[in-house]
Amino acid sequence: MSVRFESHDVDVLVIGAGGAGLRAAIEASAMGARVGVVCKSLLGKAHTVMAEGGVAAALAHVDPKDSWKVHFRDTMLGGKMLNHWRMAQLHAQEAPERVRELERWGAVFDRTGDGRILQRNFGGHSSPRLAHVGDRTGLEMIRTLQDHGVHQGLEVYMECTVSKLLLDGGRVIGAFAYWRETGRFVVFRAKSVVLATGGIGKAYKVTSNSWEYTGDGHALAYEAGAELIDMEFVQFHPTGMVWPPGVHGILVTEAVRGEGGVLRNSTGERFMERYDPKRMELSTRDMVARAIYTEVKEGRGSPHGGAFLDISHKPAELVKKKLPSMYHQFLELADVDITKGPMEVGPTTHYIMGGVRVDPDTGASTLPGLYAAGETSGGMHGANRLGGNSLSDLLVFGRRAGMGAAEAAKKIPGHAELDPAQIEAAEREMLAPFERRGGPSPYEVHAKLQETMQSLVGIFRVEADLRKAIDEIAALAREAERITVTGAREFNPGWHLARDLRSMLLCSEAVARSALLRKESRGGHARLDYPNPDPELGKKNSVARREGGAMSVTQAPLPEMPAELRAIVDADLELVKV
Amino acid sequence: MKEAVFHVYRGDAKGGALQEYKVKVEEGMVVLDAIHRIQAESAPDLAVRWNCKAAKCGSCSAEVNGKPKLMCKTRLDAMPLDRPVTVRPMRSFPVIKDLVSDVKWNYEVNKKIPAFTPKKDAEWRWKQEDIDRVQEFRKCIECFLCQNVCHVIREHDEKARFAGPRFFVRVAGLETHPMDSLNRTKLLKDSMGIGYCNITKCCTEVCPEDIHITDNAIIPLKERVVDDHYDPVIKVIRLVTGKK
Repeated sequence: MSVRFESHDVDVLVIGAGGAGLRAAIEASAMGARVGVVCKSLLGKAHTVMAEGGVAAALAHVDPKDSWKVHFRDTMLGGKMLNHWRMAQLHAQEAPERVRELERWGAVFDRTGDGRILQRNFGGHSSPRLAHVGDRTGLEMIRTLQDHGVHQGLEVYMECTVSKLLLDGGRVIGAFAYWRETGRFVVFRAKSVVLATGGIGKAYKVTSNSWEYTGDGHALAYEAGAELIDMEFVQFHPTGMVWPPGVHGILVTEAVRGEGGVLRNSTGERFMERYDPKRMELSTRDMVARAIYTEVKEGRGSPHGGAFLDISHKPAELVKKKLPSMYHQFLELADVDITKGPMEVGPTTHYIMGGVRVDPDTGASTLPGLYAAGETSGGMHGANRLGGNSLSDLLVFGRRAGMGAAEAAKKIPGHAELDPAQIEAAEREMLAPFERRGGPSPYEVHAKLQETMQSLVGIFRVEADLRKAIDEIAALAREAERITVTGAREFNPGWHLARDLRSMLLCSEAVARSALLRKESRGGHARLDYPNPDPELGKKNSVARREGGAMSVTQAPLPEMPAELRAIVDADLELVKV
Repeated sequence: MKEAVFHVYRGDAKGGALQEYKVKVEEGMVVLDAIHRIQAESAPDLAVRWNCKAAKCGSCSAEVNGKPKLMCKTRLDAMPLDRPVTVRPMRSFPVIKDLVSDVKWNYEVNKKIPAFTPKKDAEWRWKQEDIDRVQEFRKCIECFLCQNVCHVIREHDEKARFAGPRFFVRVAGLETHPMDSLNRTKLLKDSMGIGYCNITKCCTEVCPEDIHITDNAIIPLKERVVDDHYDPVIKVIRLVTGKK
């Protein structure tokens, strides 16, 4: 193997240090594996920190009739039955224990009157189910995992970005990365690799996602030969900030509605009555996002092009106690006191339901040696994710992927030899933007991609737009091949973006191609030209994979749900909730 | 549209200087927006850390017009724009490049703090009032602004003997947790050097999460240290009752 670069050998390499990555690393390490964690930011800054409202788990502390079955049913119905049934089942069954485990590791959740973990309402959940800490649940979770992990001897490589997975035949055996600080390259040899890099939101202009959310894991997996499923299902969170311009897209937690917030249009009407009279503001995210979008489009928007979200009818002290960060966020960034008046909110790109196809029990991808968990994996949430189901997803499947990866690593006696040609190719690819002259800047190409995805592959889609988007993405991919990066290799954000952009382009292509192929409307995917769900397509996953040099997207049958689980979904809620 | 002049530190461990950039000012704009605009328009290699852009992750700490701030919540309309806005990296840590400083020391300090260790066979029930204080400490977003302004670190560079306000807050969160069974006062006294703090409250003033670092974390911890290590009567009572 190449000796030119710093290199490290681990049993399990985890890429990403958000909730899923840390939970995977903790589990693998507890099983005796030597674990390396690579993350683009400092430890503890991953996107999980932005999760606000809570973690969904049928603890039944507030509603004693809640159970895994009800949670399973809610999740499947919220996902419009496109979820992998086994993932939804494991998730609902294991989430309570994962939350209790966090408490034993030091997390401090808000309490019920009798001293247990308190749970709040959220859209699509038929019982108050979200364990929470005010509106900073993600911070509590990531800090708990971080501090627990630190004492388990994880080797953490902070501010380090993986640019390529290294293969031996069809097996993943390592990764090529660079240190952001120095720009130097580093090579990892691993017996198994877990991808937990989060989502792809930065491909869109209006997003709640941070700079890290560039679809790295999705793209690494795809390039290595793994399958991505259901990439057309992007979640537009109904409530992002719309003003001022600098914070357009920043998340406004669903907990505002969970705590009793109401949505109104410019005429003062509680418009959700027209879209989902039964669930109103606590309808699923896909419904509420489309409702707000439609109100604005039809001329009933707020001054800055959103809807009014109002919690000011609740006592100011309660608002400050249960939604402290929303209170500060609006007061400091938008000059709005949410205890006194409404916020302006509108849809923002938040989450991707699609991702790396995995085996539910082990997190194994379709490629040997490669695992995925959390937002990077697909299947769990089907066509639409319920709020709160992401934090529970990353605990349940982070742990399972860590277990799967460590178990597999145990069976491998030693590290495979890395192929110097692959490493050289990875190096050339990274250095090329420095050697080119006169090409576009990465920021320019990124802005164009965001414009394309926002305007052509957004909340409502139509064939002509999607075709145009695919052409534009292809043109931008060619432009990206000419990008010129200036400056040195030390902490150079332009250079980092040039690499991240390649992942975003790939993911964008997968989203647009899968969206074109799915000629129906379902969950997060709404087609103006096919406004209804198609029962036949409801039995199919979209599958994107690399064939030759090009992306192929096909539709394949969903795994079949066992009859006893089907019965839970088909039964009336009252019969399940006993 | 109004224009603002920014003087941004450009340099690395070897040295550097303020460089001037002009930025168009939009309504409600924050310093981080301006830095991003400079990156996109004229200095693509300008190094800066950021993630959430909503004061939740604590990545974009810097010194704006000499004051320690999160750039994502420092509004331009709250500053005089008739003179240049200066943006420098945090002074108490070595510069890596431009606005990015080397904060690894903090992660090393953190590793020395014994983790949450729950009592055996206890019932996991407690009242909200019992954890309000713990939750205050757990609000910390690790922006390290408190570390940056603490004079024990900033003026005297006592990083080898002093852990800094951030980690007193962390220990306070553990020590006041109703289920934790350890006692960390010896650690506070010896390797964390809590005695060096002379409660000037600089840390509290800059905390973007409004944690009452000095009053609620450091002073009660100092009292515990005194009780455990300097007050023989209380020490005996604690030994007998087993209370920490």
